[in-house]
Amino acid sequence: MDELIFFINRVLISGTVLGSIYALGAIGITLIFGILRFAHFAHGDMMTMGAFIAFVLAGVLASAGIVTPLPTGVVVLPVAMVLAAIIALGIDKSFYAPLRQRGARPVTLLIASIGVTLMIQGVIRLIFGSGTRSFFADETKDIFRIDMSWAGAQRPISVTEPQVIMFVVTALLVVALHLFLTRSRLGKAMRAMADNADLAQVSGINTALVVRVTWVIAGSLACVAGTMLALDVALMPDLAFNIVLPIFAAAIVGGLGHAYGAIVGGFLIAFAETLAVFNWTAVLRPLNAVLPEGMALPPNLSLVPTEYKLTVAFIILVITLLARPTGIFKGAST
Amino acid sequence: MSAASTGTGWDTSLRRGLLLFVAMFVMIVMVGMVQGTASMLLILTQATAYALIALGLNIQWGYGGLFNFAIMGFLMVGGASTVFLSYPVNTAFWDSDGPMLLGRALVALLIGLGLVMLARQSRRIGISGRIRTALIVLAWFAGYVIYRSQIDPAAAYIESTAGFIGGLGLHPVLGWAFGGLVSAVIAFFVGRISLGLRTDYLAIATIGISEIIRALIKNMDWLTRGTMTVSPMPWPTPLPQELRALGFTIQDSFIIARLGFLALTALILVGMFFFVQRAYGGPWGRMMRAIRDNHIAAASMGKNVTGRQLELFVLGSILMGIGGAILATFTQIFDPSGYQPINHTFMIWVMVIVGGAGNNWGVVLGAFLIYIVWVISDPLAQLIFVNLSVLTQELGWGAIPEIDSRALQMRVFVLGVVITIALRYAPRGILPETVRREA
Repeated sequence: MDELIFFINRVLISGTVLGSIYALGAIGITLIFGILRFAHFAHGDMMTMGAFIAFVLAGVLASAGIVTPLPTGVVVLPVAMVLAAIIALGIDKSFYAPLRQRGARPVTLLIASIGVTLMIQGVIRLIFGSGTRSFFADETKDIFRIDMSWAGAQRPISVTEPQVIMFVVTALLVVALHLFLTRSRLGKAMRAMADNADLAQVSGINTALVVRVTWVIAGSLACVAGTMLALDVALMPDLAFNIVLPIFAAAIVGGLGHAYGAIVGGFLIAFAETLAVFNWTAVLRPLNAVLPEGMALPPNLSLVPTEYKLTVAFIILVITLLARPTGIFKGAST
Repeated sequence: MSAASTGTGWDTSLRRGLLLFVAMFVMIVMVGMVQGTASMLLILTQATAYALIALGLNIQWGYGGLFNFAIMGFLMVGGASTVFLSYPVNTAFWDSDGPMLLGRALVALLIGLGLVMLARQSRRIGISGRIRTALIVLAWFAGYVIYRSQIDPAAAYIESTAGFIGGLGLHPVLGWAFGGLVSAVIAFFVGRISLGLRTDYLAIATIGISEIIRALIKNMDWLTRGTMTVSPMPWPTPLPQELRALGFTIQDSFIIARLGFLALTALILVGMFFFVQRAYGGPWGRMMRAIRDNHIAAASMGKNVTGRQLELFVLGSILMGIGGAILATFTQIFDPSGYQPINHTFMIWVMVIVGGAGNNWGVVLGAFLIYIVWVISDPLAQLIFVNLSVLTQELGWGAIPEIDSRALQMRVFVLGVVITIALRYAPRGILPETVRREA
């Protein structure tokens, strides 16, 4: 039974946490790709930026002496989302829109997004330095331990408070996004534009508005994802730079331009990563009693060493690109 | 700038190029006057290596329109290769059981690859479709397990006894050539896998591959010493210490040693530039431009588009591998954690875009300019911050903390600003590609 608990703690919970973050990030990337047709490399830094906005707001709240039952990072999240969305709109207006008006190729926009990446990262490091910060410097990170002794286990299932909040927030956001895309006029317009931009414009859809809404959604979701990641681990300037590639992998595996695919892809990549570095001996140890002498399981039986965790995402990505370039769900291919 | 001037298109672009090169020269001299000759030579030598790398990217992106975000990976490959060839021989490794264990790992690898090959050939005995795919996946898995079962103990043994396998103690220039060769081999396989993809996908696939290469080199401690770094790497030219032993002063020894190294790298750059430029002007270059500008038309003219693109990718990667090897040798230390996508992939892109993709002169100019901007934005930012700090102190807000580490980050911001401005106002670069046409 302990083995099962270990599996739940190590794979189910951390996989879901990582999957939520990947999914929220990948939705933004996939929406931008669907509407604007370019790979937005600065998305990881928009996540970091969102996390730092939340961090500053939380600091303001704490210095004002306001104590909340929830972690302050979560309380300030709505405000941070609005700010991040405004900044995303500003970035589009000042860096991408002029290039689009000139009729630049998507590749140029991709390179421009690298420029934006560098600028955001530079600004964040200029202001906050390159050290590591934590949302929980002054408050405690509550850990819920679900006692499993009734099932004959000695260890409890442990979940931290931010993780629980993250599951709830991600679920809410995904449902909200689903309702928006399927029920609202604007959401339908967005899907229409992702399918065929010219046709959408001819049919009287306000494409400029759709573009703005895309940035608002992408920016605010990136802020949530970044803040969640910072709450779960720690806040670093290069927090999301390492994570932008798995997120791209998630978006591509799910089919670029396909919002639901991005969610599935996010969880797929996250579970693939956690399962690949999981030490199977921990679960299979009872087998040692059955196995003959000299056939005992080695102490570490993981598929890939932990150092190579990130490469799992890329290998899945490369295989997807080779075998099914449009993703699991057929994404926008051009 | 040049649109108003008279004369044919060639003359204006030539004049503009000359002016810009003169401006760059003045900038270098100014850096030299401010920071001293020795550090100017340091910057110049590294800029020369970067120019070589940027030429490589120009072959891929400028000539062929191939997106490559794996530059960092090729630089690391070049560095690791030159470590293997030119680092002094590690006798502790060769006297131990290490070579034997590695040999067994190699055999295991070959067995694994053989299994995969066999599985791929299973069509011949009538197995096809899903079963064949399953068989191939199974063969990959079995091969992986067999290889891991041999390499893990070998790696652990080498790391605990000899540290790492060391080098072969050959001349560093041979190491550079080897860096180019290994890069070429890797580029061949990377290109085979990914060149069929569209640009965005290609960008992500290559950046993924470069991260895989980084993870491998960083964690294969038995081969590269990983994060423990390898130093000091031997130089092909006399080192400052050796010159000091001959009786030079400290100041002179640095200048002369770096001059020697710079002369060698400049020679390589000039030689490579000559070849690359000649190739661009010839029928080969015309064919590449045709493929870049309209690959469908080029294919219908009977050009082998995928083959040619692979050729460009490999050629460009050779220059990147050599450049990476030179950089590692020059700094005398191979540190896998020192490689960052910003410094080693995106900066090269900025060089090529700002300089003018497709124009070799522009790319070399861009490489020198951007590298100098990159280097001097740190002291400049420090100057600004120190002055700002005085101001904030007077205002009673206190001094700015950690000025050193913050100023260093200014480089990243400046790089971003430069590429944004270039894309907006000079999308074809400061020295745009000029295609000569018979009028």
